[in-house]
Amino acid sequence: MTKKVFVTISPKKSRREFVKKVKELSGQNLQLCYQCGMCTGNCPAAANMDISPRRIIELARLGLEEDIAGSRTVWTCASCLACTVNCPRGFDLSKMMEAIRLLTLRKNIDRLRPEDIPSEERCDLPQIAMVSGLRKFTG
Amino acid sequence: MNTKQTKKKSAATAVKHRAKNPAATAVKEKRQIAARLIPIYIMGKRYEVPEGLTIMKAMEYAGYILIRGCGCRGGTCGACGTVYRKPGDYKLQVALACQKTVEPDMYIAQIPFFPANRALYDFAVLTAAPEEVFKLYPEMFRCVACNSCTKACPQGIEVMDAISALKQGNISEAAQLSFDCIQCGLCTSRCFGELAQYHMLQLARRIYGAKIVPRAEHLAEMVKAVNEGRYDRFLDELKQAKEDELKKLYQEREVEPMAAGEDWKPKDTRYL
Amino acid sequence: MGLAYYPGCTLKTRARNLEEPAVASMEALGLKLDEVPRWNCCGAVYSLADDDLIHQVAPVRNLIRAKEQGKDELVTLCAFCFNTLKRANLLMKEDAEKRNTINSFMNEEVDYSGEVKVVHLLEVLRDEIGWEALSQKVKLPLRELKAAPYYGCTLLRPREVAIDSVENPTILREFLKALGASPVDFPESARCCGSYQVISSPGDISEYARPILNSALSHGAEALVLTCPLCDYNLGRGQKELAKKQSEFREMPLFYFTQLLALALGLGPQACHFELNHGNPESLLREKNLLSQGESVQPIGGQR
Repeated sequence: MTKKVFVTISPKKSRREFVKKVKELSGQNLQLCYQCGMCTGNCPAAANMDISPRRIIELARLGLEEDIAGSRTVWTCASCLACTVNCPRGFDLSKMMEAIRLLTLRKNIDRLRPEDIPSEERCDLPQIAMVSGLRKFTG
Repeated sequence: MNTKQTKKKSAATAVKHRAKNPAATAVKEKRQIAARLIPIYIMGKRYEVPEGLTIMKAMEYAGYILIRGCGCRGGTCGACGTVYRKPGDYKLQVALACQKTVEPDMYIAQIPFFPANRALYDFAVLTAAPEEVFKLYPEMFRCVACNSCTKACPQGIEVMDAISALKQGNISEAAQLSFDCIQCGLCTSRCFGELAQYHMLQLARRIYGAKIVPRAEHLAEMVKAVNEGRYDRFLDELKQAKEDELKKLYQEREVEPMAAGEDWKPKDTRYL
Repeated sequence: MGLAYYPGCTLKTRARNLEEPAVASMEALGLKLDEVPRWNCCGAVYSLADDDLIHQVAPVRNLIRAKEQGKDELVTLCAFCFNTLKRANLLMKEDAEKRNTINSFMNEEVDYSGEVKVVHLLEVLRDEIGWEALSQKVKLPLRELKAAPYYGCTLLRPREVAIDSVENPTILREFLKALGASPVDFPESARCCGSYQVISSPGDISEYARPILNSALSHGAEALVLTCPLCDYNLGRGQKELAKKQSEFREMPLFYFTQLLALALGLGPQACHFELNHGNPESLLREKNLLSQGESVQPIGGQR
């Protein structure tokens, strides 16, 4: 898993509209975060992410939409809420992750198609897996 | 010209005519009252149509020639699914154009066809397991139980409940709940999750009928008896009988009474 | 006097071994589980978007069903569904504007404003029966079975729905002690199993399972005790893949808490459907003398 270490921050790349939408959809105050890294430390999926949860918050409040869109992070998130309950500032990161996912899904761009799930697995998977997965990955 | 003005005009004409020929005038008045015209809006355009007509007949009265969205005219084929609204009411109503009579100021649109995903399968190899439906229609899990499908059903089927049963793996319940489905597709046209409910439920009914419902034993016995030739002699007799004989046999045939008990037997027991 | 009960879709197919022992046990304990009529899928996950109301409709509809039965409590077994139903319920209680919109959208149903309380069966056992009373009903104590309680995410997070302390939960430990088992606490008992990632990144599931299972095993667990069918699937599948990758990795039996409840209450293995369990529970149960001579368990063959 290649970790992205450097991201160029530039006012030209910053999208105000994106920041506004993320705030609205998540209902969260992005300025609360002081980048302590508790979220990344508690995240069970962090090893599979190219950009850590902590960095995604920073990218989001800087409006760097393209860098977030180019990363797997929000799609690797399992909505386990470990980040949310451990954040010392009471920031609900799970809601911010959902907001970013929805901004793509609501443009009618799905992350997954139901037919991509192998046929034998559709018989085996518990219904809650199918329902929750399709909720998170399709619009 | 609105209805009120039409009435005034006919009343004035009626008075004029009455002076000349009272009997004819009375008949003509009767006819005019029976053919009262009401306004409806077909795809946004206003027409005056006689009340008492079905939506389908009203469209044809207005000059539409229906070659799609029209079928059995008897409320069974599902071709004429129609959506309409009344003024000042945000609620969408649904109906079958061949069954529903027009109401004043109805705003209608027909949905003769809606693209719906239909899985390809070889029915012969399917089992009765609920997982068969999960496999063929994984998009079923996109249902959010919003109930739009139920509201869109002209047959009054609880579509959401039927899909819910399918998600729970209960094919029998889904089949029974959707028994009255005529495949009109209005549910799919309104579905938030883009499900083709009527195709999924048709699969449920097919599996239920072919693989879950117990077989009628007496039917199997009868088919066996026929195949073994038990009735060949009698059929040959009938085939060789002359026309007069056949007519006599038909008119004198014995019919099992409606209230017959379990042990009723016909007088002629040769064919039993 | 029955308890209004919401099963959820999975319990009717794959997770019969979570539901059936529960129904039998609660009957034996005198608090029958009455399935609410006409329930629908709750949506599995709570919608985390501030403006999204359509995804609240499904869970709220089920709460209305409980209300229509005149019940003030709705009991769930599936931890996933518990979380969704409880969070939706809190929304209806606390947000007047959203409540009004949802109620007016669902105009074919009665209005709802959070009158029903959503509880998980473990809460019922703790608060309405009590551990002391439960232990007195135990006919077959679980012979100090080293069972590791695994909470997963949904019973403890977010804080407003947690059935116990988020950092140091003890409810499953007390439950297992009441049944005569020897609970094995381990640090990763609330670490996520991977949840819905199983459908998009199935290859990652074994790596979600690894720290959980390693931690439990290294603390001496003989079995894991679960409350959620998705955790069961992910951990079951994960441990199978780990065993293939590493010959020294030992698979262990995964039990639902309701199966251990039914067994301890003396309802016998036939009430438990152990054949649907992962990790071959039979040999462990025999070793602990929890299966009598004639009783047996047939594990599911092959394809998992």
